Amino acid sequence: MTAAPTAAAAPAPAARAPAVLPDRGPGDRLSRTFWRRPGLLTALLIAPPLLWLGVVYLGSLAALLAQSFFSIDPFSGLTVREFTLATYAELLKPANLDIILRTVTMAAAVTAGCALIGFPVAYFAARYARGRWKALFYLGILLPLWSSYLVKVYAWKLILAKEGIVSWAVEGIGASAILNAVLALPVIGGNSLSTSYLGTWIVFVYVWLPYMILPMQAALERVPVSLLEASADLGATRWQTFRTVVLPLAMPGVAAGSIFTFSLTLGDYIIPQIVGTSARFIGLMVYQLQGTAGNIPLAAAFAVVPIVIMLVYLWLAKRRGAFDAL
Amino acid sequence: MTETTRAAGRMAAVSALALSLAAGPAAAQLAALGTPEGQVNIVAWPGYIERGETMKEFDWVTGFEARTGCKVNVKTANTSDEMVALMNEGGFDLVTASGDASLRLVAGKRVQPINLSLIPSWDTVDDRLKNAPWYVVNGVHYGVPYMWGPNVLMYNTEVFKDQPPTSWNVVFEEMTLPDGKSNKGRVQAYDGPIHIADAAQYLMYHRPELGITSPYELNEDQYKAALDLLRQQRQLVARYWHDAFIQMDDFKNEGMAASGTWPFQVNLLQADKVPVASVIPVEGATGWADTTMMHADAANPTCAYLWMEHTLSSNLMSDLSVWFGANPAVPAACTDGRGMQTAEGCTKNGFDDFDRIRFWTTPVANCSQGPGACVPYYRWVSDYVGVIGGR
Repeated sequence: MTAAPTAAAAPAPAARAPAVLPDRGPGDRLSRTFWRRPGLLTALLIAPPLLWLGVVYLGSLAALLAQSFFSIDPFSGLTVREFTLATYAELLKPANLDIILRTVTMAAAVTAGCALIGFPVAYFAARYARGRWKALFYLGILLPLWSSYLVKVYAWKLILAKEGIVSWAVEGIGASAILNAVLALPVIGGNSLSTSYLGTWIVFVYVWLPYMILPMQAALERVPVSLLEASADLGATRWQTFRTVVLPLAMPGVAAGSIFTFSLTLGDYIIPQIVGTSARFIGLMVYQLQGTAGNIPLAAAFAVVPIVIMLVYLWLAKRRGAFDAL
Repeated sequence: MTETTRAAGRMAAVSALALSLAAGPAAAQLAALGTPEGQVNIVAWPGYIERGETMKEFDWVTGFEARTGCKVNVKTANTSDEMVALMNEGGFDLVTASGDASLRLVAGKRVQPINLSLIPSWDTVDDRLKNAPWYVVNGVHYGVPYMWGPNVLMYNTEVFKDQPPTSWNVVFEEMTLPDGKSNKGRVQAYDGPIHIADAAQYLMYHRPELGITSPYELNEDQYKAALDLLRQQRQLVARYWHDAFIQMDDFKNEGMAASGTWPFQVNLLQADKVPVASVIPVEGATGWADTTMMHADAANPTCAYLWMEHTLSSNLMSDLSVWFGANPAVPAACTDGRGMQTAEGCTKNGFDDFDRIRFWTTPVANCSQGPGACVPYYRWVSDYVGVIGGR
């Protein structure tokens, strides 16, 4: 009987003074600290990626931005480390504006081309392909991405050459007149496909197409079949259903894909070097300015252009819901 | 290889710095050779220093390493500006600098005078190169000559048949070629601002009233005339060339008829049985002349001197001139059978045309026409971009 009150009384002091077990080692102390201050653990876990983003990624961007506010001394060719906007003013020279305009136009044309060619492929894959066909589709889309980018571009140079396989095939079917008429077009034409803007465009579209198809397919797969059935039940024709239901719902996917194709074209410096008219694109210009010409400030200013364009583009794409499809 | 070379280079730079701090201002030139340091770090053009890894028979390094115990570390650079930047960074002993880089290196005090008495084979160097202005300043030699070559006019022999071109006009003026078709879209030009000098050289011959005395020293009027000529050329050029292998591909697959080029491409295309030949036209040609120069703070001076001697005395000059389609700085290398080169080979590479070649130098504002009279290189760069862009 005497034991009972003691036993009942035992929890009382424990409730007043929390049951603190002695630390068994530094591990316990550490976990206690984390438990008491949950923010600390989060901070520690997030620090490495933040450091990576902040120092390596944003840091290099900041260094780039800083360089663009310097200028180059015209006589010694050395960088003058004083704040100036003269380098940006140089971007407005007609020859440099040409380069920016040329690059943006090409990026837009490539994006449009990828969307037009990619949509039927993505639509088929999302709506009709099943089982093996689906696997084959993924293989077909991704296979080109597994081979070297340079090899593909050099291969295209040969394919599009004046004495290449395209001309040969066109001649074989007696359609040389058509190819020549296309090449005779102003601006996009040229001496041969591999030395014209048209050729540059073809190679760009080929290389970036998978980046457009995959997000489009993801968006199309998310269109519920019930909506299509409802549309049909309400008497819509197939074309009406496509135009008013499928297409609007697929737009976020198109916008997501266009971010890839647009930005990749904007920054590329290999393709216009190998296929095309030798006219400069932004990426090529940055490459040349920092290398051959040793003009880092102007190279940095040029590099800022696609960043600004992409910020505007991303803002527009976000408003169209492009990030929902990623 | 590059990473280890660079790491070694950094260490060398640190020790060189310590050395120069200890010794005070560096001595003008090395007085005597010491013991070989075990390595030498060289900045070179791609293809300039071969150890038999690209092709077995082209090797001028392993013998040197075995004989002297100096391991040769090579860092290749693709442009003269890159070479200057690497030498400014430090950590290298030697550089194969072209005429545009060499004077900048001298002016920037990045290279040191060479004690010619420590290079026994100096006497065998071509007399035409012994006092060349691109590496000898005020009578002081800042290096030893390495290789030189012309930028020749290459043409397709099937297009030109029995009327080979004699003038650069085939790449500057629209005309009907001997095969009856226009040259439009069938000629190429070099994709570098220095090509403005080729245009100026053409004008020097055809429009003497402009008063051009050197294609690298152009006043505003002469410069404008050269740019106008290049704008006219843009109408003829389908694609400009900057990569030797892409140009060779264009001569095989794009039906190219003529272009300025290096003997390197001509030799390789001929070896591939492509019907091409080359000529130095009546207007003359531009060209390059490279010099092995030694860093002011070279950490391995003895190995560096041994290498410079090696460049002049071994099979290097002879085999490299075959490999690169260039000319040796030592005339005997053409004939004495120390390597694969022959007298005919040297003639083909332009050995006898030295006087017709205007060697590459950096255009500067303060030229022989007066202070600030000439258009400097940085404007050549931006304006040539405009011309290619159609402006």
